[in-house]
Amino acid sequence: MITKIAIETIQLLIVGLGAPLLVGLVRRVKARLQGRRGAGVLQPYADLRKLLAKEAVVSETTSWIFRFTPYLLVATMLLSALLVPLLTTRTPLGFLGNIIVLMYLFLLGTFFLALAGLDAGSAFGGMGSSREMAVAALAEPTVMIAIFAMALRVGNTELDEIVRRGATDSLLLLTPGHLLAFLAFFIVALAETGRLPVDNPATHLELTMIHEAMVLEYSGRYLMLIEWAAGMKLLIFLALLSNLFFPWGVALTVTPAAVAVACVALVLKVGALAVGIAMLETAVAKLRLFRLPALLSGSFALALLAVVSFLFVK
Amino acid sequence: MTSSETLTLNLLLLALGGFGVGAAGAVLAACRPGVSRWAGHVGALVGAMAAFALGVAGLAGGTLDVAIPALLPVGGFSLGMDRLSAFFVLVIATAAIPSAIYAIAYTRAYEGRSSLAGMGLGFNAFLAGMVLVALARNVLTFLVMWEAMSLASYFLVMTEAEHRETQYAGWLYLVTTHAGFACLLIGFLLMAQGTGTMNLGEWRAASAALSDPVRHAVFVLLALGFGAKAGVVPLHIWLPKAHPAAPSHVSALMSGVMIKLGVYGLIRIGFDWLGVGVSWWGGAVLVVAAVSAVLGVLYALVEQDLKCLLAYSSVENIGIILLGVGAGMLFQSYHLDALASLALVASLYHTLNHAVFKPLLFMGAGAVVHATGTRNMEEMGGLIKRMPQTAACFLVGSVAIAALPPFNGFISEWLMFQSLLLSFQISATGINLLFALSIAALALTSGLAAACFVKAFGITFLALPRSEQAERAHEAPWAMRGTMAMSAVACLALGMAPVGLLRLLTVTAADLTGTDADVRFNWNGIVANDAFAVVSPLWIAVALVSLLALVPIVLRIIGANGGRRAYETWGCGRALQTARFEYTGTAFANPFKRVFGLLYRPVKELDIQFHPESRLFVETIAYRNETRSIFEEVLYGPISRLVQRGAQRARIVQSGSVHLYLLYIFVALVVLLALAG
Repeated sequence: MITKIAIETIQLLIVGLGAPLLVGLVRRVKARLQGRRGAGVLQPYADLRKLLAKEAVVSETTSWIFRFTPYLLVATMLLSALLVPLLTTRTPLGFLGNIIVLMYLFLLGTFFLALAGLDAGSAFGGMGSSREMAVAALAEPTVMIAIFAMALRVGNTELDEIVRRGATDSLLLLTPGHLLAFLAFFIVALAETGRLPVDNPATHLELTMIHEAMVLEYSGRYLMLIEWAAGMKLLIFLALLSNLFFPWGVALTVTPAAVAVACVALVLKVGALAVGIAMLETAVAKLRLFRLPALLSGSFALALLAVVSFLFVK
Repeated sequence: MTSSETLTLNLLLLALGGFGVGAAGAVLAACRPGVSRWAGHVGALVGAMAAFALGVAGLAGGTLDVAIPALLPVGGFSLGMDRLSAFFVLVIATAAIPSAIYAIAYTRAYEGRSSLAGMGLGFNAFLAGMVLVALARNVLTFLVMWEAMSLASYFLVMTEAEHRETQYAGWLYLVTTHAGFACLLIGFLLMAQGTGTMNLGEWRAASAALSDPVRHAVFVLLALGFGAKAGVVPLHIWLPKAHPAAPSHVSALMSGVMIKLGVYGLIRIGFDWLGVGVSWWGGAVLVVAAVSAVLGVLYALVEQDLKCLLAYSSVENIGIILLGVGAGMLFQSYHLDALASLALVASLYHTLNHAVFKPLLFMGAGAVVHATGTRNMEEMGGLIKRMPQTAACFLVGSVAIAALPPFNGFISEWLMFQSLLLSFQISATGINLLFALSIAALALTSGLAAACFVKAFGITFLALPRSEQAERAHEAPWAMRGTMAMSAVACLALGMAPVGLLRLLTVTAADLTGTDADVRFNWNGIVANDAFAVVSPLWIAVALVSLLALVPIVLRIIGANGGRRAYETWGCGRALQTARFEYTGTAFANPFKRVFGLLYRPVKELDIQFHPESRLFVETIAYRNETRSIFEEVLYGPISRLVQRGAQRARIVQSGSVHLYLLYIFVALVVLLALAG
């Protein structure tokens, strides 16, 4: 019981406290790659603390949905953090749901965020909401087909089980379908977390923005919660990518030493992916909104190819 | 007669008695609209409650056997009940109970405008017809009740017959429903001839005697007939016109349950009457279902008429339900009966869910239409402040229909995904790919449905009112709010505690396929196919609520600034915010219109009138951005032109002279007698 609580607490701490660090790391690496010095990796913590200390300005037009959404968003992310296998293949709360449940929890957050975007009645918010929902809807088929590819590969949709099979049977990781599914899932992760080339997380007040437009009306503690949740979402997606596709170091048995190794491995893998994202964001420009379907259908094609390759290997 | 049969018979009589008394009361009190309104709908409520009990009794194993040979020719009037029938009776009653209570308050607005006696009569006849379709046990009983249900709903659609669009909707409904009826009639007669019996209960055993071409012909004809009633693409064109034209409590029933009787028929032909089918039947159902789901939600997304949007979303949900039916048929033809049961359980679960949240949404839309006097979402907005309780109920319905946890739509869609994902157990690459594409279709549908209901709720209820009527909107009467709250609670209960219902559904599915579904469940969660997938709806809800409570507490402890200042929406420095700056429904749907432009084929018109003195001053701007229906233009346009041309030719025999018509009758009689002899 105590080990179970300990593991879930560590997972919550990693996701909750690690999220700002991850955001800071991506920004820092990006700045260095672009020849700027950039803020320190701890800057997001300071930003969040500053927001927390400020009074919130809320539009008169809004309803309770606007004020409720940040809390719901954080709650869905924390709940996701509890059921994702970050450290071990025996996540205590893994029984709450499989990978499909996880995707629907994210969609629940997006649904309310889009409503909140419409709530203030500004054109920016509505524009962001409409685009965010379009991207989310178009990304959904890729996610599910990538899940189908994994189900074909390991015969399961349980997160723990997928990671365990990958960790124990390393030949599975060398199949071409595995790589294709990883690429597809990676593109979807970029779309879902609002990174380049889908959305630019560094801009306010551009007519091209998606996520930032939707949350433009937020301030104070509400904005802090939203930014924190966005960081957590990025962290959970990167952790999923690293553990589902590269399950190295994940603890198969729950011993303190194994969990410690798993923590280090997770930090290294997520860190490597973060550097990868920073490099990608330096190298590519944002796509025009109406070029996005091409990117997302490309990722869908990759996922479908992964399925086909597993069908033939089977 | 056993005691359980006495019970079910009494419940049936009580249900029919309730509908009968309701209809009679509504007609007898025709000159007192207030009394007529109460009598008609209270009778319907009593009948619906008895039907609910009947459904529960049937699912618990109760049977029913009523035969009145003298009432109808060829086989007589015959009713019976197995678990599938009982389940559909339960579905009908689940939607009918709130609709009847809602109608008592809602129809008040029709006093002095329409005949309340007619509405009461039609409403009760409609309900009785639907219950009896589900219970019918021989061909003629089924067809007569089917027709009664269709005609009663036709008259209800025509309630506001003074509008031209209602007339068109009613006409279209009448034509399609009778085209479907013709298919059913031919299919049924072929089947009866092939098996040698009119008794539906004996068809399963007797279907082995059918020759292959007859079997295929029967399947295609019945599938067309039931598919037209269910509103699958491309037979759906009547649905988005007829459902919104009816009063909202009738729309709720038509969308919530009447189209489900099409599903009932498809389940009967897929799993019961024709025995185990060949694989292309299941494949065809799967493809049609996937297309219906995606196109239904895509059309819903660009609709600005709130009730039309909901009607199109019914096409989508029928698609989702039929995905399970098609998958189940395919599994059965590959002898994976446990998976077939799982797919059926998912289908039936979604059938009941849709019968809960779609009436809820239609009732919400009815309250909004009642308050603002328009169905156009572009003239709404800001209603969450004016109708807070209606808004909360509509929000629950929207979240549930978008299949988000912790509401009921999520459970059925989760089960549906699992049954589709488990298709890898079939070892035929073509079929696997078909399943992969239907998984993608279901995923796209769920994403688009989320977008669609963000639009439906956001544009209708949030931000500032876009018209004067919306500004002056008022909350709905308590009876209407009460029934919506009831349905909203049901959405949550079916989403958090699926155990009881799942137990009934697994038994129902096992009755049809002969094998228990590949699923285990208890209060802690649902497990599909021995740990292939788990979900714990109750604990997800508990965890979500506790985290929601925890976050503000933690914020307070770490000393967050709890202050809040109300100020106007930021607008790049412009002075005053008006509703003109808001995003509209059209704007919200525009990215989708562009991405799926091939399908919508949007027409864009921009008409700017300049001031005669100077082109720098604009007098008016008219902007239209409409979508065209590919089906009406490409598929039905030529058909209707062909029919019209044929009708022109056929006019020659219609002289209008009574003598000539008598001659026709005489000739027909002689020919028939000669043939019979």
